[in-house]
Amino acid sequence: MLDGILTGLSTALTPTNLAMVFIGCFAGTFIGMLPGLGPISAIALMIPITYGFDPATGMILMAGVYYGAIFGGSTSSILINAPGVAGTVATSFDGYPMARKGLAGKALAIAAYASFSGGTIAAIFLLIAAPALASVALSFQSPDYFALMVLGLTAVSAFAGRGNFLKAMMMTVVGLMLAMIGSDPVVGMPRLNFGRVDLLDGISFLLLAMATFALSEALMTVLKREKISDAARAATQGRMGSLKLSGAEVKEMAPVVARSSVLGFFIGVLPGAGATIASFLAYGMERNFARGAKKEEFGKGSIRGLAAPETANNAAASGSFVPLLTLGIPGSGTTAVMLGALISYGVDPGPTLFTERPEVFWSVILSMYFGNVILLILNLPLIPYIARLLTLPSNLLVPLVLFFSLIGVYLVSFNNFDIYMMVIVAVVAVMLRLFDYPMAPMILGFILGDLMERNLRRSITLNDGSISFLWERPITLTILVITAVIVALPLVGFFRQRRRLAQAGEGG
Amino acid sequence: MSHYRKHTLLAGLTAAAIGLAALPAAAADVGSVHFLIPGGAGGGWDGTARGTGEALVNGGLVGGASYENMSGGGGGVAIAHLIETAESQEGTLMVNSTPIVIRSLQGVFPQSFRDLTPIAATIADYGAFVVAKDSQFGTWDDVVAAYRADPNTIKVAGGSVRGGMDHLVPALAFQAAGGDPLKVAYISYDAGGDAMAGLLSGETQVLSTGLGEALGQLRAGQVRILAMTGDERIPEAPDVPTLKELGYDVSFANWRGFFGAPGLSDEKADAYAEALGEMYRTEAWEKVRARNGWTNLFKPRAEFVRFLEQQETEIGDMMRTLGVL
Repeated sequence: MLDGILTGLSTALTPTNLAMVFIGCFAGTFIGMLPGLGPISAIALMIPITYGFDPATGMILMAGVYYGAIFGGSTSSILINAPGVAGTVATSFDGYPMARKGLAGKALAIAAYASFSGGTIAAIFLLIAAPALASVALSFQSPDYFALMVLGLTAVSAFAGRGNFLKAMMMTVVGLMLAMIGSDPVVGMPRLNFGRVDLLDGISFLLLAMATFALSEALMTVLKREKISDAARAATQGRMGSLKLSGAEVKEMAPVVARSSVLGFFIGVLPGAGATIASFLAYGMERNFARGAKKEEFGKGSIRGLAAPETANNAAASGSFVPLLTLGIPGSGTTAVMLGALISYGVDPGPTLFTERPEVFWSVILSMYFGNVILLILNLPLIPYIARLLTLPSNLLVPLVLFFSLIGVYLVSFNNFDIYMMVIVAVVAVMLRLFDYPMAPMILGFILGDLMERNLRRSITLNDGSISFLWERPITLTILVITAVIVALPLVGFFRQRRRLAQAGEGG
Repeated sequence: MSHYRKHTLLAGLTAAAIGLAALPAAAADVGSVHFLIPGGAGGGWDGTARGTGEALVNGGLVGGASYENMSGGGGGVAIAHLIETAESQEGTLMVNSTPIVIRSLQGVFPQSFRDLTPIAATIADYGAFVVAKDSQFGTWDDVVAAYRADPNTIKVAGGSVRGGMDHLVPALAFQAAGGDPLKVAYISYDAGGDAMAGLLSGETQVLSTGLGEALGQLRAGQVRILAMTGDERIPEAPDVPTLKELGYDVSFANWRGFFGAPGLSDEKADAYAEALGEMYRTEAWEKVRARNGWTNLFKPRAEFVRFLEQQETEIGDMMRTLGVL
């Protein structure tokens, strides 16, 4: 294992790869800062660029982009109350009030330190947990994978938040349906391709990710016509304030960071739960822990309220690499896109990655750590300048995104049909977005749908046609029970709330 | 000589850059080659075409090489394109491999190799049977014995669909051992890597894969290779016996090779085949071959057609037996 770490270290430390971390962080910060464009779009836009890269280099760039995008999202949350990414919505609760008090510099510094600490602690956990899980994962059989996919798909909906459970579920099903198009994965016969040769290989994953994220997000910016750039101009021309923190503030932050890192990491490891859920849970947890005046501060510019979600979202980002690298199962929409990227580099993530491609495995993990360092020492001082990019007019920005996403997909397949299809998918995605249907469950459903079908059918064949593996294999059963609990939890909350309402009604 | 080579290389690069046929003396017959790749960037076909192009250009055998990826329809889009625009495709070579035979039998696309001008098969990979390091099976004969006792206890993992290459190879092998190919318990995985994970997790007993891939896994030290489907042992794996020498009359080669547009003149087609034949003698090819771990298998023109016909019969018979046709 030490050999592997050293190989990874020497791979990650080559000048090219270090440059990639830097470029990735920078590009990610920029894209993540732009309202509407999140890590998924940032990564999807990078896939065509990284074709032909060495897998380790490509993944290192991706990891940098991922962290950068999350950090960039917090910048726009704090400065202009416009989170570019769902994972940084909780950051705006206390970050923006703090910036309005003229403490923008301090808020950004807290966000950067919290992200750094969260990322660092989680990277250490990852270093320990990933090889351990990889060795356990070697004994995972098809039924266990099937159960994990079920868990991932239900969890992403269950955590979607109040009122969105059904919408998220529906989008998951849409993703599963889209995954059916093409050829039967076991027998190889064409199915649901409407007689079109272009659909025989199924819908390209890159196309779907670009159309539903990058393209449709750019189109949404046009539709919503938010005066973001005015707000940004005001924020960036105003006083940033000092970036320094006092000793007392550091002392206040430390325990919050410690708790939120652990929470964030484990949430990230769960398939289906990612940075967004981790940040909300950490925020909620800290608000419950706080007492007296400190509790009152929440929502008005609390240091704890800012540090908690920022730590947790970065820790979760690292955590979500655990199932990706060890099981080949993406835990979130973002890692689903990353899985697509890995496959396009010819790397097959799964339990064998750790033994067969140790240089990829370890250099990705280590470059995450470098990504955090670079975010801290380069991005933080540069932030006031980078933030000016927020003022880039959208009539320049939108065409750029449209151009890069369309050309990106075309340059991979060289098939005109893909362009038409991308436009159609993007238009449908925009309509769905206008009705608040989330896209991440769809993309996760699409990626996992194919894997889930293969694993289920394989399990049945292995078991000579019976489905008894669902309850006979202990690992499978355990995972399915956890799934049932996760589905039941929101329902329990819902019923308790209804009963409380009913009691209140009786009382009044 | 080296001066001459350098000159040719420069000419080749220039030709590739401006897309015109520069014609240095040695390459007068072929000019520059346009490679049509029926899949996306980074796949097996892509690597074969680009590697061959690199060797042809660096070896001074052609003036230049350009590449075009056209994915879709399991290769069907590119085949249809080559046939439709045949008149303007004199300088085009399309890369393909065993799946062109399988997919045309399946009817994935209506055309077959007969609608194109076969130039030559250039490289091959053989089928290999792999077991986990601590497997109870020491030799291929052990596996066959267990299969004869109860076919259902030998679950065979493979990275292709049912009726695909990884399934056809064990079906042929067990048939040669006197078994019923229909009783082969084949488990389909998404790719060779996943099939390998399945083997290591213990849910399958034997892995059917390409020898090249199997050798990579052998070096990682987790598996043993029991047998392969070549006619003779290969230098990269001198310890791996062929099925033939074990007494099972089966051989199977997953070839990769090149096709020209339909109606291509014999003169031109022969020139291409000749250039590919010359290629094996260049250092440039040896470099590309070693880098990719390919095994040479040269079958030009008429020999290639005979080979394709024979493979089509064998695979077609087996697919009908398996009921996938």
